[in-house]
Amino acid sequence: MNALDLARWQFGITTIYHFLFVPLTIGSASLVAIMQTAWYRTGDEKWLKATKFFGKLLLINFAMGVVTGIVQEFQFGMAWSDYSRFVGDIFGAPLAVEGLASFFLESTFLGLWIFGWDRLPRGLHLATIWLAAFGTLLSAYFILAANSFMQHPVGYVLNPETKRAELTDFGALLFQNTAYTTFFHTIASCFLVSGTMLVGVSLWLMMGKKSADAMRKTLGLGLITVIVAGLGTVVSGDAQARIMVQQQPMKMSAAEGLFDTAQPAPFSLVTVGPMDGTSASWSLDIPGLLSFMATGDWNGEVEGINQLQAKYEQKYGPGEYAPYVPLVFWAFRAMIGLGMLAVLFAVFVWWKTRKGRTPSGKWLRYAAVTSTLFPLFGISAGWIFTEMGRQPWIVFGMMKTEAGVSPTLGVVSVLISIVTFTLLYGVLAVIEVGLIIRAVKIGPPDTVELLPVDDDADNGRTLTFSY
Amino acid sequence: MSWETLQIVWFVLIAVLWVGYFVLEGFDFGVGVLLPIVAKSDAERRTVITTLGPLWDGNEVWLLVAGGATFAAFPEWYATLFSGFYLALLLILVALIVRGVAFEYRSKRGNASWRRRWDIAITVSSFLPALLWGVAFANIARGTPLQLDANGNSQYVGTFWDLLNPYALLGGLTTLALFTTHGAVFLALKTDGDIRVRANKIAGQAGLVAALLAVVFGLWTQLSYSQNALSWLPLGLAVVSWLGALAANRFGREGWAFLASAITQGGVVIFLFTALYPYVMPSSIDPAASLTITNASSTEYTLKVMTIVALVMTPVVLCYQAYTYWVFRKRLHPSQIPDPGHGSLDLPHEINV
Ligand code: HDD
Ligand code: HEM
Ligand code: HEM
Repeated sequence: MNALDLARWQFGITTIYHFLFVPLTIGSASLVAIMQTAWYRTGDEKWLKATKFFGKLLLINFAMGVVTGIVQEFQFGMAWSDYSRFVGDIFGAPLAVEGLASFFLESTFLGLWIFGWDRLPRGLHLATIWLAAFGTLLSAYFILAANSFMQHPVGYVLNPETKRAELTDFGALLFQNTAYTTFFHTIASCFLVSGTMLVGVSLWLMMGKKSADAMRKTLGLGLITVIVAGLGTVVSGDAQARIMVQQQPMKMSAAEGLFDTAQPAPFSLVTVGPMDGTSASWSLDIPGLLSFMATGDWNGEVEGINQLQAKYEQKYGPGEYAPYVPLVFWAFRAMIGLGMLAVLFAVFVWWKTRKGRTPSGKWLRYAAVTSTLFPLFGISAGWIFTEMGRQPWIVFGMMKTEAGVSPTLGVVSVLISIVTFTLLYGVLAVIEVGLIIRAVKIGPPDTVELLPVDDDADNGRTLTFSY
Repeated sequence: MSWETLQIVWFVLIAVLWVGYFVLEGFDFGVGVLLPIVAKSDAERRTVITTLGPLWDGNEVWLLVAGGATFAAFPEWYATLFSGFYLALLLILVALIVRGVAFEYRSKRGNASWRRRWDIAITVSSFLPALLWGVAFANIARGTPLQLDANGNSQYVGTFWDLLNPYALLGGLTTLALFTTHGAVFLALKTDGDIRVRANKIAGQAGLVAALLAVVFGLWTQLSYSQNALSWLPLGLAVVSWLGALAANRFGREGWAFLASAITQGGVVIFLFTALYPYVMPSSIDPAASLTITNASSTEYTLKVMTIVALVMTPVVLCYQAYTYWVFRKRLHPSQIPDPGHGSLDLPHEINV
């Protein structure tokens, strides 16, 4: 393996790992804020318990999101310096704004929320978790706008003298359709993950007769979240597919394993073919569905990989312009399939718990606690699909991935870093999952004592919370 | 504003972000390094960590924004520096990862060996970056082996070991000593009881060591590597306020000591940036490969956009960060720490601290 391959593996591993924690943070921050609001409005102690309990899970997870994010911020310069030079004028801006506008917001207000229970007036304390939640959404927007530039570059010119891309329109970069549809899709899928977690954990505790009354409330919140987010994911995903056909038709054809232009084009549920991904030998198809997804017309024409390859060769010169088809194909299906499985599970749970029923059965309890993994892997598959489907480009139509890697990067250096990150991340995963399991096993507190709010200095009373 | 002015503005703004980082995370690092020395019991250690609890992540964001701003305003600098210092940055990253997790997870279990392990992690992972940031900045000031490649880009052609030259190691020891003292001054200000007494004493001792190292490092930098006579000024300021910090610490004026110590941390950054200007990364082997604020900068348009964003956002950020420091202004005493089981994820019988 050369330094390029290793750097790619490293980027994939560290980013996917970061994004295991991101969706739970984004979704749970808002859900916990909703719980606390419900408590604030109704004074119902069940909501307070839920806030404290799911807040704890949020914090265990948030810590990992933070520390793995730091790596992302540095990684572009460390391993992808030629990429950073090429697009720095454009790409750095949203990254810097993300830090300034959202990381400060999240970290500061989450700190106030964690330690502020006995110091801030109740209304203000409630505002801190909402601000932190808002910060997570803002952060997602900016980073996704940056990523959208790589999928579909806009608002720039190529400077022939420096051979760099230069920013000409920051507004176009931030508000292009790729950016906001990706945002809606990603956020919806994040809530799908968090909602599923809420359903699973609540159900597990309810079936174990722990704080069952509070957990029934959060179960309801979780079910609504999953249904709404599931719908949102499908609607926004559909919008993304249309945009993708215009902007990156090759990705769509690869996602479908469509080697030759077809009209109407079928959607294949399963395809069997040689793993080199140059042709399909058998597939189970739904006629016309791909045409519909791509164009909104059951009879629309969809271009095939081979035709696109020929077209790109003319435009960009000789080379290989198709991604690795089997991976893109299956990642696309895994994304949709695993996400929809979560929705189905939620519907099933709703049926089993309708009108105050409490289901029983060992397998359902275990299904409940593992259900979060499905949309979580679905979301990873979505990213693998998006990013691998863009290959061989790092910035679509402008720069190939192989041209972006740091020229000074030696194999030994990346080998050291990739092994270090993998080992460290492995250990941290075991620790974090262990803590989450402990927290869930203990469940919500039986009673919550809240000290009266007191900002008086030097009264020396015991803290509500300390590290 | 012209492009030339904007480049200066961004050079200054990046210096400001590093000032924020050194002043704020500087004391975090110091507190982490001192954890095993100032705190003797579990309750004391928890007191010490809780003084940072609501603050450390917000402090770290100064680094993230400094990194992002460098990417946006001086992409060549970001690219050359980060790819060149690859392994050194890897070490810093690993330390920052471990450190964040250690703060957040340490008291989640009531098991003594669990807590002991995280305590060690906190100390080591605070020690490393406190040292390595000094090494990195000293190398930038000194000049590193940069060469133009076939595409006309400046590339670092040295190795990891080249970064560990005597001058840079002295720089590392200097930041380590400064941050450690800064942390001790912070603890003396934010705690009560035995910790406060110990921290006060350590601040006095570490402060002297830091003074010695800083003066040698400062003179060495100024005489051998500074591009500007003007950098005498921040150097002088840093030294004078350090003396003030030591005096205030001696007389138990903890607020003044912290303020003066903070000025020194910031003064050191301003000193290094003034010594560097107009370079951002001078080359030690080929002047043509040196990066300056002109040849490393992004376009006028990007700098303009970023300036507007920074002008709008920075005051807001400063306001709410200041507010957090106000909310958590009170001193902490170990008697205020709830019992070890409280908030821990262990069942009662598993708690053995
Ligand atoms: C569990 C989560 C989940 C679920 C159920 C879906 N997606 Fe998705 N999908 C993602 C999670 C995701 C993701 C991880 O969030 C991605 C990666 C980048 C992005 O914006 O969203 C993504 C990307 C992504 C893209 C690529 C966008 C691009 O490359 O520019 C398309 C076309 C779709 N999705 C389409 C769909 C459709 C039609 C779905 C349902 C019928 C669907 N997704 C369900
Ligand atoms: C957080 C969710 C994300 C995941 C899980 C993810 C995953 C991946 C994966 C698997 C690759 C490897 C593709 C390959 O090497 O063939 C990749 C490539 C890349 N992605 Fe993403 N990505 C994510 C978001 C982003 C974002 C938000 C950006 C930029 C703002 C980005 C920038 C890049 C770059 C620069 C590459 C090229 C390097 C490479 O090929 O490995 N990614 N990503
Ligand atoms: C590869 C590109 C990415 C970079 C450079 C990046 C950078 C970062 C950084 C530096 C942090 C830590 C912030 C802190 O200390 O407070 C972080 C955390 C986080 N990021 Fe990412 N990130 C990337 C991908 C993403 C994506 C795609 C999303 C959302 C869609 C996202 C959303 C978040 C959230 C919600 C957190 C939670 C913890 C926190 O902010 O502090 N990130 N990211």
